[in-house]
Amino acid sequence: MRRASYWSWLWLILGSLYFALPLLATFQFSLLAKKGEIGLTAYASVFRDSGFASSFAFSFQTALATIVISALLIVPTTYWVHLRLPELRPLIEFLTLLPFVVPAVVLVFGLSRSYNRTPLTNSHGGLHLLLIAAYVVLSFPYMYRAVDTGLRAINVRALTEAAQSLGARWPTILFRVIFPNVFVALLSGAFVTFAIVMGEFTIAALLAQPAFGPYINLLSSSKVYEPSALAVVSFALTWASIGLLQWLSRGVGQNQPGGPR
Amino acid sequence: MPFLEIVNLHKRYPGGVAVEQVNLAVERGEFISFLGPSGCGKTTTLRMIAGFETPTSGTLTIDGADMTRTPTSQRNIGMVFQSYALFPNMSVADNIGFGLRVAGRPASEIRERVAELLGIIHLADFAQRYPAQLSGGQQQRVALARALAIRPRVLLLDEPLSALDAKIRIVLRHEIRAIQRQLGITTIYVTHDQEEALALSDRVVVMNNGRVEQIGTPSAIYNTPQTAFVASFIGTLNVLPARVVNRDAGHLEVGGQVVRVGRALTDATGSQVTLALRPEIFSLNGAYGPDANRLSAVAEELSFLGPTVRVRTHVAGHALSFDLFNTTGLVLPQLGEQIELHFAPEACLVLPPG
Ligand SMILES: Nc1ncnc2c1ncn2[C@@H]1O[C@H](COP(=O)(O)OP(=O)(O)OP(=O)(O)O)[C@@H](O)[C@H]1O
Ligand SMILES: [Mg+2]
Repeated sequence: MRRASYWSWLWLILGSLYFALPLLATFQFSLLAKKGEIGLTAYASVFRDSGFASSFAFSFQTALATIVISALLIVPTTYWVHLRLPELRPLIEFLTLLPFVVPAVVLVFGLSRSYNRTPLTNSHGGLHLLLIAAYVVLSFPYMYRAVDTGLRAINVRALTEAAQSLGARWPTILFRVIFPNVFVALLSGAFVTFAIVMGEFTIAALLAQPAFGPYINLLSSSKVYEPSALAVVSFALTWASIGLLQWLSRGVGQNQPGGPR
Repeated sequence: MPFLEIVNLHKRYPGGVAVEQVNLAVERGEFISFLGPSGCGKTTTLRMIAGFETPTSGTLTIDGADMTRTPTSQRNIGMVFQSYALFPNMSVADNIGFGLRVAGRPASEIRERVAELLGIIHLADFAQRYPAQLSGGQQQRVALARALAIRPRVLLLDEPLSALDAKIRIVLRHEIRAIQRQLGITTIYVTHDQEEALALSDRVVVMNNGRVEQIGTPSAIYNTPQTAFVASFIGTLNVLPARVVNRDAGHLEVGGQVVRVGRALTDATGSQVTLALRPEIFSLNGAYGPDANRLSAVAEELSFLGPTVRVRTHVAGHALSFDLFNTTGLVLPQLGEQIELHFAPEACLVLPPG
C-alpha cells in the first residue's frame, strides 16, 4: 500500500515536471526582454499590438461557433445511432478517427477544391464559414466520444419512450431530455475543441484567416522574446476561457448528485 | 363495445415470432395483468399497445378509434417502466409536470396538478428533489405520478416493481391498485409474478410462447385452468397419471384407487389423462363429507412453513404434497403413518396426459 502510493507520487511529480518545466522555461525567457533585468517588457509589447486582440477575438468566436455547430450536428446524430442504429456504431467510431488520419493540409485542399468558385471560397465570410466547417470536422472525434459517453450513462431508449408517452415529439425530446442530460459530457468535448481551435495554424493559414494561430506564428518569425510572452499569455487565456465557459454553464446539468442515470 | 380492443395481433421479428394471434377486450376502468414466463411476449404486446412497436398484423382500438399505427406521442397513454426512466435533469415536480408542459398547459394548472399528484403518491415534501436523490420505490411512485399527470386513457406498466425489494413491492402494488381504483383508469400491468397478478387484477391474461393461454378472473385462472400450461404455471400442482374408467360418470383410476371428478369427462373411457391436485384441497379429518374422494398415502416428510404445514407423501409411486392450515389443535400425521387424504370431486383438474 505505502509502496504503491510512493510510486504513484513519483509518477505524478515526473508528469507534472514534464508538463510544467517547458512552461516555466518559456515564462522565464519571456521576462528577459530588457537586457540585464527581469521585467514585463515583452508582455507590454504583446498587448500593444492590435493584431493580438483581433486575432484572439477572431479565434474565440470561431471556436464558439465550431462548438455550437458541432454539438447541434453530433448530439442528434449520436442519439439516433444509440436509439435506432446501434449496429452503425463501429462505423461511426471508425469515421471519428479520420480527422487524425487525414492531414490538415489535405483537408483544406479538399475543401477548397470542392467548394471552389462557390460563395464559400470567393468571399471573406465564406472562407470563415469554410474554416468553421473544417474545425467541425476536427472536433468530430472529441465531440462524438464525449457525447457517446454521456449517452451511455443514461437509458436513452427508456427516456425517449417515457417522453414519447407523455406526448413529446422529436425536437422536445432532443432539447429538453437528451441535450440537458449529455450537457456535462458535451462540455468536456467542447473544451478540447476550444483549445484545438485557439491554437490551430495550418487550416487557418491556408485559408488566409486572421486567426490566433497564424498570428503567433507570424510573431515568432519576426520577434525574439514576444513569442514566448505570447505563448504564456495564450496559455493563460485559453485556460481562463475554459474556466469562464465552465462557470457560465454551471448549474446546467449539474443538479445530479448521483450523476445521470 | 370494449374500451380497448386487440384483434389478431401478431409481431414477427427477423429472428422469429414474438406475439401470435392475441385477442383481448378490456373494459373501461378494468385492471388487466399480462402474466407469463420470460420471453412469452408480454412486453412486446404492451409495447404495441403503447405504440413503441408496430404490429406485423392485427388491430388495436382504443375508445372506438383505430390506434394501430398512431405514433405514441398522440395516443395519450401513461407508461411506467421497470427502470423508472425518470428524467435525471429534472426535479420531481418537473418530471411530473413534463407531459403537461409539453401539451402547453398554463403554469398555474401544471402547479396544481403536480401538487395533487404529489399528494396522491405521498411525496409532497420531495417536489424539489432530483431522481438520483430518491429511493427506488420513491422513484417509481414519481414515475407513476408522471404517467398519471396527463390523465391518460390507458395506464401501462411493465414489471414496475421487479427492481424493488419484496416488502416495498407489496406496499407499492397495493398503492398502485388503490390509485387505479380511485381514478378509474383502465390499466394493463405486465408481470411474471403470479401472486402479483392474482392479487391485483380484475382479469389475468396468461401468455405462453407468444400466445394467450387463458383470460379470466384470478379465481377462474387458479381454480379452473383451461390448459395444462395454465394449471402448472399458476400455483403449485401435484400431477398424477390417471386412466379414465368411466367417462360419463367421471371416474378415474390412480394407482388402483378410484377418484371421482363429479362431472362427465371429454376423454374416452380407457384413455390416459393427468389428474392435477392443488396442495391446499386436502383434508385429513373428513371435512368434505362422505362423498369426498379418498386416496391413501404414507406421510414421509413434514415441513413447517408458518401459516401452513406441508406434508410430503407418495401416491402410487408419485410424489404428492399437501398443505394443512396451522390452526389451533391441528393434529399432524406421524412420519410413516398411513393416512387417508380427503378431497372434493370439484377440486380435481383433469388435464391431457403429460
Ligand atoms: N427487438 C427484438 N428483436 C428480435 N426479437 C425480439 C425483440 N424483442 C423481443 N424479441 C423476442 O420476442 C419474444 C418476446 O419478448 P418479450 O420481451 O415480449 O418477452 P416478455 O414476456 O416481456 O419476457 P420477460 O418476462 O423476460 O420480460 C422473445 O423471444 C424475444 O427474444
Ligand atoms: Mg418483459
